[in-house]
Amino acid sequence: MKRTALYQHHRALGAKMTDFHGWEMPLYYTSILEEHKAVRQALGIFDISHMGQVLVTGDGALAMLNRLLVSDISQVAEGRACYTLMLNEQGGILDDLIVYRIGSDDYLVIINCANRQSDFDWLQAHRHPQATVTSISEGRSMLAIQGPLAARVLENLLDARVSSLGRFGIAPIRTMGPESCIARTGYTGSDGFELFVSDYHAQRLWDAILEVATARSGGAIGLGARDTLRVEAALRLYGTDMDTTTSPLEAGLGWTVAMNKTEFIGKPALVQQKQRGLVRQFVGFELAQGPIPRSGCELKANDRKIGQVTSGTFSPTMNKPLGMGYVEPDFAKPGTTLTLTVRAQTYPATVVKLPFWKAQSLPVSPASGVSSGYRSAKASDADVPSRCCPPAIEG
Amino acid sequence: MQFPEELRYTTTHEWIKLQGTEAVVGITAHAQQELRDIVFIELPKVGTVVKQAAAVAVIESVKAAFDIYAPVSGTIKRVNEAVTGSPQRVNQDCYGVGWLFAIEPSDSQEFSRLLSVEAYRQKLQAETH
Repeated sequence: MKRTALYQHHRALGAKMTDFHGWEMPLYYTSILEEHKAVRQALGIFDISHMGQVLVTGDGALAMLNRLLVSDISQVAEGRACYTLMLNEQGGILDDLIVYRIGSDDYLVIINCANRQSDFDWLQAHRHPQATVTSISEGRSMLAIQGPLAARVLENLLDARVSSLGRFGIAPIRTMGPESCIARTGYTGSDGFELFVSDYHAQRLWDAILEVATARSGGAIGLGARDTLRVEAALRLYGTDMDTTTSPLEAGLGWTVAMNKTEFIGKPALVQQKQRGLVRQFVGFELAQGPIPRSGCELKANDRKIGQVTSGTFSPTMNKPLGMGYVEPDFAKPGTTLTLTVRAQTYPATVVKLPFWKAQSLPVSPASGVSSGYRSAKASDADVPSRCCPPAIEG
Repeated sequence: MQFPEELRYTTTHEWIKLQGTEAVVGITAHAQQELRDIVFIELPKVGTVVKQAAAVAVIESVKAAFDIYAPVSGTIKRVNEAVTGSPQRVNQDCYGVGWLFAIEPSDSQEFSRLLSVEAYRQKLQAETH
């Protein structure tokens, strides 16, 4: 199994390790529930170095990304980022990813661990003649620091005005070498940051951040709590909630798609799907009590199967089981009662509006007066309603 | 890790304690620690006739669901409703308030097939080394 540069740090903390798509990663250090609460109430540090980092640069970078991704990348200002999707010709989702514009023609693309090779091959195969695609994962790490105390803690440690970085903003960390960045992004629904740095700096940052986090009732967070956190925030997991057989429209990610763009891979298929109407829709549901809805469980209405669960968990914040999955559009309205089957027993489940949980206050996006080395977004950019930040987070 | 001397154990990490005509069943400290965050427990119905080593209950932690097996054959006499309401009791006190159900054994011979505390400790050591 592959290991990150922080493997020994995880072992030293007594982490329970797990195989995640060929990577030996921490599942939990103490307890999934405790780690979850630490992130919601204080802060937690995650090693997410299993994710892939790709640089797309050059005069043709924007044109290339605009053809490969569903969002309008020309709307992403320098020092800003965009959550978006990459589709195949049939409109199926190849991956969900975040594109950070770190220079006028330089884009840092963060891809899912399971798709590192296939995404890179796809980018290479569709390379613009005036663009360069480089995998920069080797020798580099990714850390996520998430939770309401993350900004304060990082501000002290990094000697940078990270608090003024807007949501989905990115800035260089000048003291840590080229392409070292801090971004106000994450996969938890809480406020937080992601750091893209060398293995060397990651190891030192890990120790320093963990020490402060522990003193403030936070700590190291494994993949177990990463999953419960992302479910509460209704953030889709590639390979579980979506894959090449699902389209952005079905997955409830239509807001990422810039249908007004002249062309992008998968657009004709989406146009057709829009005309024909959807056959299924992504929804969230909750149980008053009962077992955890897990991937593959059936959803029924009037004794007929109308859908299937893709993700579920026990919500430590709301103290009840939550699930997400695909149902026939007639049953997608919040308030609809469905029947969930788990181990041959049935339980009533109610469709609810997503996300299940939302942070009370999050930084605005984009920020005014960003103290980053990247050029701040122009005033006119700030006026454009961003398609790049999930509405659930912006709203 | 605590493994009380007076209990018998199964290879599937349940404990059982004979008390008069019934036998009380729970999961061991090892099982509790492996499962960690227990959030849901499904117990058998009182009156159910169960066979030794049959799956009779389910414990779910955040990460996965696990079957609980009947250490001996018999009839379910009582179940611990308190743990279905507060599953974390099993994490907190797996030999006490976190007991799961009581069986009236139908075949006393089956007890001889259960593990003593030494045998259970040896099995755990063999698993982890």
